[in-house]
Amino acid sequence: MTATIDTPTVLRPHAEQSYAHELAALAAADDKPRPPGWRLSPQAVVTYLLGDGDQISPKYIGPRRLMEVAVATLATDRALLLLGVPGTAKTWVSEHLAAAISGDSTLLVQGTAGTPEEAIRYGWNYARLLSEGPTPAAVVPSPLMVAMRTGAIARVEELTRVPSDVQDTLITILSEKTLPVPELGDEVMAVKGFNVIATANDRDRGVNELSSALRRRFNTVVLPVPGSVDEEVDIVQRRVASLGRSLELPEVPDAINEIRRVVTVFRELREGLTADGRTKLKSPSGTLSTAEAISVMTSGMALASHFGDGVVRAADVAAGIRGAVVRDPVTDAVIWREYLETVARERDGWKDFYRAAREAE
Amino acid sequence: MTSDRVHVYGIRHHGPGSARALVRALGELRPDLILVEGPPEADGLVALAAHEGLQPPVALLAYPTGTGTTPGEGASFWPFAVFSPEWQALRHAVTHDVPLRFCDLPAGHRFAARAAAQAPAEPTADAGSEAGTVETDPADPAELRVDPIAGLAHAAGYDDAERWWEDVIEHRRDGNPFAAVAEAMAEVRAGSPAIGEDLVREAYMRQTLRAALREGHQRIAVVCGAWHVPALTGDLPPEKADKELLKGLPTVPTAITWVPWTHGRLASWSGYGAGVTSPGWYHHLFTAEDHPVERWLVGVAGVLRGQDLPVSSAHVIEATRLADTLAVLRGRPLPGLAEVTEATRAVLCDGDETRLELIQRQVVVGERLGAVPDDTPSVPLARDVTAQAKRLRLTPEALVRDLDLDLRKPNDLERSRLLHRLRLLGVDWGRPAQRARGGKGTFWESWQLQWQPEYAVDLISASAYGVTVEQAATAKVVESCPAADLAGLTNLLESCLLAQLPQAQPAVLKALADRAAVDTDVAQLMAAVPALARSLRYGDVRATSTDALAEVLSGLVTRIRLGLPGAVTGLDDDAARALRIHLDGTHEALNLLGAELPLRQEWLDTLSRLIDRPDLPGLLAGRLLRLLRDAGILDADAVELRLARSLTVGVPAPSAAAYVEGFIAGGGLLLVHDEALLSLVDRWLTGLGPDTFTAVLPLLRRTFGAFAAPERRSVGERVRHLGSGEPGRPASGDDDLAALDPDRVALVLPTLKLLVTAGGSQS
Repeated sequence: MTATIDTPTVLRPHAEQSYAHELAALAAADDKPRPPGWRLSPQAVVTYLLGDGDQISPKYIGPRRLMEVAVATLATDRALLLLGVPGTAKTWVSEHLAAAISGDSTLLVQGTAGTPEEAIRYGWNYARLLSEGPTPAAVVPSPLMVAMRTGAIARVEELTRVPSDVQDTLITILSEKTLPVPELGDEVMAVKGFNVIATANDRDRGVNELSSALRRRFNTVVLPVPGSVDEEVDIVQRRVASLGRSLELPEVPDAINEIRRVVTVFRELREGLTADGRTKLKSPSGTLSTAEAISVMTSGMALASHFGDGVVRAADVAAGIRGAVVRDPVTDAVIWREYLETVARERDGWKDFYRAAREAE
Repeated sequence: MTSDRVHVYGIRHHGPGSARALVRALGELRPDLILVEGPPEADGLVALAAHEGLQPPVALLAYPTGTGTTPGEGASFWPFAVFSPEWQALRHAVTHDVPLRFCDLPAGHRFAARAAAQAPAEPTADAGSEAGTVETDPADPAELRVDPIAGLAHAAGYDDAERWWEDVIEHRRDGNPFAAVAEAMAEVRAGSPAIGEDLVREAYMRQTLRAALREGHQRIAVVCGAWHVPALTGDLPPEKADKELLKGLPTVPTAITWVPWTHGRLASWSGYGAGVTSPGWYHHLFTAEDHPVERWLVGVAGVLRGQDLPVSSAHVIEATRLADTLAVLRGRPLPGLAEVTEATRAVLCDGDETRLELIQRQVVVGERLGAVPDDTPSVPLARDVTAQAKRLRLTPEALVRDLDLDLRKPNDLERSRLLHRLRLLGVDWGRPAQRARGGKGTFWESWQLQWQPEYAVDLISASAYGVTVEQAATAKVVESCPAADLAGLTNLLESCLLAQLPQAQPAVLKALADRAAVDTDVAQLMAAVPALARSLRYGDVRATSTDALAEVLSGLVTRIRLGLPGAVTGLDDDAARALRIHLDGTHEALNLLGAELPLRQEWLDTLSRLIDRPDLPGLLAGRLLRLLRDAGILDADAVELRLARSLTVGVPAPSAAAYVEGFIAGGGLLLVHDEALLSLVDRWLTGLGPDTFTAVLPLLRRTFGAFAAPERRSVGERVRHLGSGEPGRPASGDDDLAALDPDRVALVLPTLKLLVTAGGSQS
């Protein structure tokens, strides 16, 4: 449909466009059996996501087993539910999974509180409906319906934000793999290769909790926050670099120290434990995800390059960190001050940061 | 010629596949003697394996006895589960009436060797992280230095040795892997250096084997770790070298017994050094006849349903499919524990880690507790208690008896320690009692002793913690740390001091620091300070790292300082009174530490910032004023100014009365000596209207009633003379006498008289 827009003016091309060469290379070298309707074998999909350290760049940095479970789930015809706190790359992973498996990541339903049933099943072209009556031509198919017809992966974003009654229309699709169109006395039967990847945020739990009948149709993979400081620094660095490039920020020479610091602060507060494991801390109410660390860093870089001398310093990130940590002005502020007094103050080489953070108070 | 009489089975300790294969092999071989890797001291205990009271998991526990060694120091365990090949060999021996001997180096030799190695350096050095755990047999050096299986696994293209072994050996349900294992091990050992301790152990194994051959046994089955197989197969080397190696090995007397074991312990430590992380899974692999994955997932579903979590058969079907697909994706022949766990997480647990943890605990580790028959030799802990009680002349009696201990006497001090430690173990032989008569010194400690028969059972269950009272109490304290709250932890810390368990202290401190970090209740934090400060001031400095204590304390005080401003407002009378007590306690504790730490100054700074807050309850404001005055932060003028301000008409009378209470509580001498303050209070009091006076009277009465009678009297006298133009009196000696209690003075007089007259007769 829109696959031809591949000009440099596009702010963000789809995964299958950006990584077309990698997908092609994998497909060429792939000699393992492919499940029906799949562009790649499950092993190659895992390689596409995790990278091979050479030609294929890593898309997801984290435990291999999660990607294996995710791919194995899709290979067994089960729908996949990616859970995680905001900023743990759920959407990113689902997009790349769809791109690798069906070569098309655009069959997307964005879940909101106002998502209607038509977005999941089908709608009508009312002009046609009125003039011709219910005919196949008058049906406006949903991305899911298209995916069923073509045997592709459909994606549902933020499933828990969708009202419960609308969520439940997925049940028949997932268990019977068919979508009846009673108005036409017809149905759409899913072609092999069809499957659904849904993402949901488990921080705002209870918005529209999935019914157990629907839940049962999904295998759940919880995407965790990055496991180690180095991993997270790596992620932040990669994303900050690529974001900085696409936002056309001036190159900032050496931000690795501040990245490490931001990541350390975020991790320690998130886990309620200092990096050396010796001191427990209280956790603030914000999620402090990797994505937030990335945005603190990009704004720090913007500050440094536009208003400073181009080097990211403690002062450029301190205010951003405080803003991310202190979501609740009363309790979080105490937690933040406690962190500064008991952890940051005594740490070697953190004097500048401590001072900058105290000033930002 | 020997090789057709000797059959060596190389196993992995606690390997279900090895156990299964061994059962089959022994059934086919029908040996007339079985040799098992294990301490030969245990030969006499083999027969107990036939006893139905001996239910695995159990462990052989060996510990050095005799003089010169601390009982229990360096005890070793050889645990057995149902799926341990060694246990299956034992069962085969007792059911088929085949003699069985253990053929490893005797534990006595090992203890002696270890004692020799430790002699120069006292073992206190490693008190830190190892605290509380019984010292286990150090891991099999072979497994430590070169991992034989890792080499093979790597050759087979696996990066995880455990997984390779599982795929190749443990998940096999048929066939005889022993020949292949022996061959592979010979290959691996050819390329790795010999290790001294191994050589000695294998020499001993060969000697046992030779003795068995000499006795004329025709079909000898040897069950040992795969690593030792090459040393025992084929024609045995000349005996001479082995004799040389074993000659003159030191030994110590050793006792050995069966003790109940748990899967949990099997998972965390083991005398073989080959701990297993998933005893429950292995148990399942060994006991399930067929379809291990399906049966396992059904079992998991059952556990989840037991917790009222909705899990249907459809879930189990999908989980099985996912596990199978994952195994294919990863190129494994069968789903292993990793795949099954992933499937459990993704399908049965909806990605919920807490549910998975439940599965881990209940199913993967599987809390199975072994049992030993009553006629097993008694547990070392009970023996240790008996021995210590005998040495300290404490006889267990069923009748209640009072015991006063004078802690200045070494014997009494040890008694006290023993009783405190037993209390920590849940054996309340002695209960602390109020001292009935005489002697108020801190060195007195009073107990009520009463021995209940069930304490014997308590000791047996406590024996899982260690083999001596000290060890067991330490381990128990360490174990109870995570569940205790802040106040409980401070109590534990004090108990550690009383019971002298320096090794438990670091763990308690760590838990305390952690708990303090997440606790938001400032009062709770403050309640923990005095005990900590006491420990720091009077604690056994030799045994505890004072740094750790000081660090915890300063962290605690920092948190209190940050939290205090928010905690002092919006309090009702009761809460304010409770906080006042904590405030005093903390202040006193920090005073006690004095200049040792910079904490006191920071604390006083915090208090100074608080004092002028208008929203403070009167009681706390008064108290703060007093504390700062006593600390010399506020001079007389500043104090007077504030007191005057609080005792004016603008302040409601009850609040002012509370202010006075806070200010002068705990000592009226202040009013006696400082006339300015006294007149302020006096003026305020006399200026009260009749109604308000009645309202504050109870408060004032409570304040003044707490003073000692002579204090009250002299305050009264002061008031009488107020403004009567006799300001010069306060410094007179009369005034000092006023503070004395005539009754107590009377007690001293005879002695004084004696001294004076004694001096007189001398001259």
